[in-house]
Amino acid sequence: MVMSARPDAPDVPVEPSPAAPAGAAAMASDDARPLISARGLTKRFGEYVAVDGVDVDVQRGEVFGFLGPNGAGKTTTMRMIACVSPVTGGDLSVLGMDPRRDGPAIRARLGVVPQEDNLDTELTVWDNLLIYGRYFGLPVSVIRERAAELLRFARLDDRRDSRVDPLSGGMKRRLTIARALINRPDLLLLDEPTTGLDPQARHLLWERLYRLKRDGVTLVITTHYMDEAEQLCDRLVIMDEGRIVAEGSPRQLIDRHSTREVVELRFAVPEQQDAAVPRLDGLGARIEPVADRVLIYTDSGDDTVAALSERGLHPESVLVRRSSLEDVFLLLTGRSLDE
Amino acid sequence: MSEAAVAVTPEAVGAGARALPSGLVRAVPMLLVAEREARVWGHLWKTSLLTGVLMPVLFLGAMGVGLGGLVDENQGTVAGVEYLAFVTPGILAATALQAAAGESLWPVMAGIKWVKTFHAAAATSLSPGQVFGGYATWVTVRMLINAGLFVAVAALIGGVTSPWGVLAIPAAALGGLAFAAPLTAYSAGRDSDQSFSIIMRVAVVPMFLFSGTFFPVDQLPDWLEPLARVTPLWHAVELCRGATTGSLSLAGAVGHSAFLLAVVAAGCWWGVATFRAKLAP
Repeated sequence: MVMSARPDAPDVPVEPSPAAPAGAAAMASDDARPLISARGLTKRFGEYVAVDGVDVDVQRGEVFGFLGPNGAGKTTTMRMIACVSPVTGGDLSVLGMDPRRDGPAIRARLGVVPQEDNLDTELTVWDNLLIYGRYFGLPVSVIRERAAELLRFARLDDRRDSRVDPLSGGMKRRLTIARALINRPDLLLLDEPTTGLDPQARHLLWERLYRLKRDGVTLVITTHYMDEAEQLCDRLVIMDEGRIVAEGSPRQLIDRHSTREVVELRFAVPEQQDAAVPRLDGLGARIEPVADRVLIYTDSGDDTVAALSERGLHPESVLVRRSSLEDVFLLLTGRSLDE
Repeated sequence: MSEAAVAVTPEAVGAGARALPSGLVRAVPMLLVAEREARVWGHLWKTSLLTGVLMPVLFLGAMGVGLGGLVDENQGTVAGVEYLAFVTPGILAATALQAAAGESLWPVMAGIKWVKTFHAAAATSLSPGQVFGGYATWVTVRMLINAGLFVAVAALIGGVTSPWGVLAIPAAALGGLAFAAPLTAYSAGRDSDQSFSIIMRVAVVPMFLFSGTFFPVDQLPDWLEPLARVTPLWHAVELCRGATTGSLSLAGAVGHSAFLLAVVAAGCWWGVATFRAKLAP
């Protein structure tokens, strides 16, 4: 089907749909086509290659993640998808359109939650939504209806006349998400949505994002928190130094690249750790000494722990846990995510 | 008293009334950026008008009427007119320049770097160029409002001696924009506001005082006179003065307008390029 290429005529469903603030306008005939498709996507800043030949497909209705450490190229990739950073190489299609040509038309149908809040501090909570809706050319009556609904969604309805500055970090982030939904976007892009939030604010935000996911909104998230990626993403890519190093669902990635369990050993002093490492040979599929502990990748943590004492090894602490995406990243790159 | 008091929320009254017509914004989307600025201004218009109009009116009283009386007693006329009539267009153009500077330094840095409101706008269907254009449009509108009110007051005092004086309103705004456009471009490209107060001291204040505002530029030392004549403000003052005194020749009008429009065009080109580089790198 032909997509509207008019930046100033956003798709406005007339009926209010409180359960689906976004994405509800999906056309059945579009379902098979990926919302985002990148082939060899590259971004150079002069000599520096920030994104180095990335291939990605994001399907309608899924929550897709870019996981990787700071500087991996996640934000730059996201900015190219958001049509606020020109592609310097490869192909990118967003909502079936070409960002090089159709930037305004694509942006009209996106919701963007940037890493740093850029709420309008000269305006109230309500006016932030109002102005943002106006930027999309929406009539005030439509914005008013949606804004009321979105403030309830963001649990900010009692703060509508408050200025932005006194809001907590979590409230600001929720307001930014509400603002990003004002145009009922087909695609919501969230760059590091919970960075800098306290655990409670983080969980509330996750819960709100779950709700969007349940309502069928397509979400694309960048994060350097593996727990965030595991909790939210149906599918993700792991990025490192501008490239994709692995792709799949969290479960698939762990099954494919890691063992079922991990035994973490901590020693009282580094010398003990150094002495113990050579004696761990054969205890697991892989032994990874990191800064303050040794990780043994194994299919049975209990067997490995038993084998430890048979060899006369008694670390200060022993922890058996399931493999996580953090382990996948470590095994693939030899570094941990927060390095 | 009626119990059925009218329950109209302030937002219900204000919000709809202040939105631009949809046909207009569809044709010129950048006006939505101006609408945002207007909405913010709507909360502080009283103080804004107070500084924007009261200050020049006070200047007019002190310089035009007070000092002017003294000048006229001793000198007769300045450049062929009473001092009040001479200084009115000078103050008009100079305060437009000052307002332009105020809007083009720190608020621009806030939009690009501190608060990032321009980034937020550029993530919507608006483009970086439209964000620049919308902002410049708003600055122009504000200068038109201030200039309009000032000219009205000046006319009452007797500072405007020709009906052509009404054209001094767009002339002052054009002069202000010739300063605001390149300055906005400059500010958008800076990494810090370090240079801004220097610009105020070494560019804005000297221009304000010496571009033919309070006395003709031929009173300046010979070496300084050509410098004054290439400032946007001198051209704006000449345009405004020609309008309020009714003495402007067609050639003068075209020449000064062309100079200012050229500076505006260059400033807009620079501004669009800088906004693009900053908002969509």
